Amino acid sequence: MSEHILETQNLTKEFKGFVAVSNVNLSVKTGHIHALIGPNGAGKSTVFNLVTRFLTATTGKILFEGRDITTTKPADIARLGMVRSFQISAVFPHMSVRENVRVALQRATGSAYHFWKSATSLNELNARADDLLEQVGLLSHADALTVELPYGRKRALELATTLALDPRLMLLDEPTQGMGHEDVGRITDLIRKVSANRTILMVEHNLSVVSRLCDRITVLQRGAVLTEGNYEQVSADPQVRAAYLGGSHAA
Amino acid sequence: MTKIQARNRLYLLLVAIVIGLLAPLVVYPVFLMKILCFALFACAFNLLLGFTGLLSFGHAAFFGGAAYVTGHALSVWGLPFELGILAGTLAATVMGAIVGKLAIRRQGIYFAMVTLALAQLIYFLCLQAPFTGGENGQQGIPRGFALGILDLSNNTTLYYVVLVIFSLGFGLVYRVINSPFGQVLKAVRENEPRAISLGYDTDRVKLTAFIVSSALAGLAGATKAVVFQLASLTDVHWHMSGEVVLMTLLGGVGTLIGPVVGAGVVVTLQNTLSSGPLNAYVPVVLGGIFVVCVLAFRRGIVGEIKALIKQSF
Ligand SMILES: Nc1ncnc2c1ncn2[C@@H]1O[C@H](COP(=O)(O)OP(=O)(O)OP(=O)(O)O)[C@@H](O)[C@H]1O
Ligand SMILES: [Mg+2]
Repeated sequence: MSEHILETQNLTKEFKGFVAVSNVNLSVKTGHIHALIGPNGAGKSTVFNLVTRFLTATTGKILFEGRDITTTKPADIARLGMVRSFQISAVFPHMSVRENVRVALQRATGSAYHFWKSATSLNELNARADDLLEQVGLLSHADALTVELPYGRKRALELATTLALDPRLMLLDEPTQGMGHEDVGRITDLIRKVSANRTILMVEHNLSVVSRLCDRITVLQRGAVLTEGNYEQVSADPQVRAAYLGGSHAA
Repeated sequence: MTKIQARNRLYLLLVAIVIGLLAPLVVYPVFLMKILCFALFACAFNLLLGFTGLLSFGHAAFFGGAAYVTGHALSVWGLPFELGILAGTLAATVMGAIVGKLAIRRQGIYFAMVTLALAQLIYFLCLQAPFTGGENGQQGIPRGFALGILDLSNNTTLYYVVLVIFSLGFGLVYRVINSPFGQVLKAVRENEPRAISLGYDTDRVKLTAFIVSSALAGLAGATKAVVFQLASLTDVHWHMSGEVVLMTLLGGVGTLIGPVVGAGVVVTLQNTLSSGPLNAYVPVVLGGIFVVCVLAFRRGIVGEIKALIKQSF
């Protein structure tokens, strides 16, 4: 097992001349909960899009478990064991809550192209789906149509769906955003619990969540790494204070 | 699906079977067969537009292409009925694989444009190729015998064979939608980036749906060639691609029986109008219906009825 599950080397992304991510060297240690923080527009989501290959880097290299994935297809990234969530909650709105999780579980069964079988063959996945729903507190909503859930619940569902793939590296883009106070606590506990046998890289604006969960923090500003360290080091850094106070977003 | 829904569906199916079996006693069988062929064509198209979220504007190529191949196989190669139909369907499947492969990477309107462009290419190939009979088309395609014994020159006999073909095709669409693949298809339609992030190769999923759809469109075209003993440029023309869009939208896109209803309405209108004084205005009337449907009844006939039933309970 490599010491660093994810590494980027001089990762850069330009949008029509605008540099959104600039020479980022990120190393995520295996087993860590690693936070990526920074003001709005710092390039955090773009880094997620780059390492999961939803966007192609202008220059730079990406390594996952020592393997060069700079040109791998995004669907294959997930199969390798790196699964992301999205900043804007990404669910399948007109499927039931249970079906959302089940379609994630289904991939590993290899039945994706079985168009001649009855969908009832998927019912064998229900128990595992319900188990995941219980973990995020959604079991009582299992049969509801997803579109009818409030936003915070959709985020919880997205987390359950991501967990269904049992990824070795999980990328969470603001997992507690839009959640009520109670749900934030629940999700924070859950993230800690599921981090036991995996690595997590997360974008999080809520600094109390960051301080409670994260082993290491990278601060981005205008696309570049400002500083890196544990919570005490980072929060004491005058540059970080300035960036947050000077930026539009006081987290 | 709840128990009541399942029971209602069963009743609906039984009623449909009875109607299907008794219909030729009251209605001219050739007219019924025309409806069934177009209904199957529209169901195939709806699998893409309604259940995959892809607008193909080139489905006539599979419908008409299969008609030519089946016509050639029956007239020139002298194949039996079943193999003739199979040949046309296979040809459409191969065409679907090629067209799909080239188009699937494009999104939205660009996808529709690529399918249209490739279908036009196939149209011109059909216009030039000697085996299609050019402007005259292939005429007098022999119907032959089903299973070697059923004389298909009898319209009523042929009707029941066509009814079986339609039922198999319709059953396949139903199965695809309600299969493990159907779940993935739904996920891709609802949120493609999320499906990718879960590890699904969404291009391949869409391509699979495209190929199944073009195979079924081919089956419809092949059957039509036998019924009318004719394969012609009309079947591959882009008008035909437009007609199947109209049938599907009119009946109700994304519903299972919408395309069947839509095909029934359009074929009936065409037949009634073309034998009366409005003959020259068929396209105008159909165009008018299309506009009204898009503006006022976006869910189509079946979609609107479903919504009404939902409201009143
Ligand atoms: N596809 C794109 N085309 C052009 N510019 C983009 C694109 N995606 C992001 N950007 C720009 O890149 C910069 C970084 O955006 P990004 O979404 O990565 O920020 P972020 O750190 O996630 O911000 P937030 O905290 O608001 O989510 C922004 O200025 C944004 O406008
Ligand atoms: Mg962001």
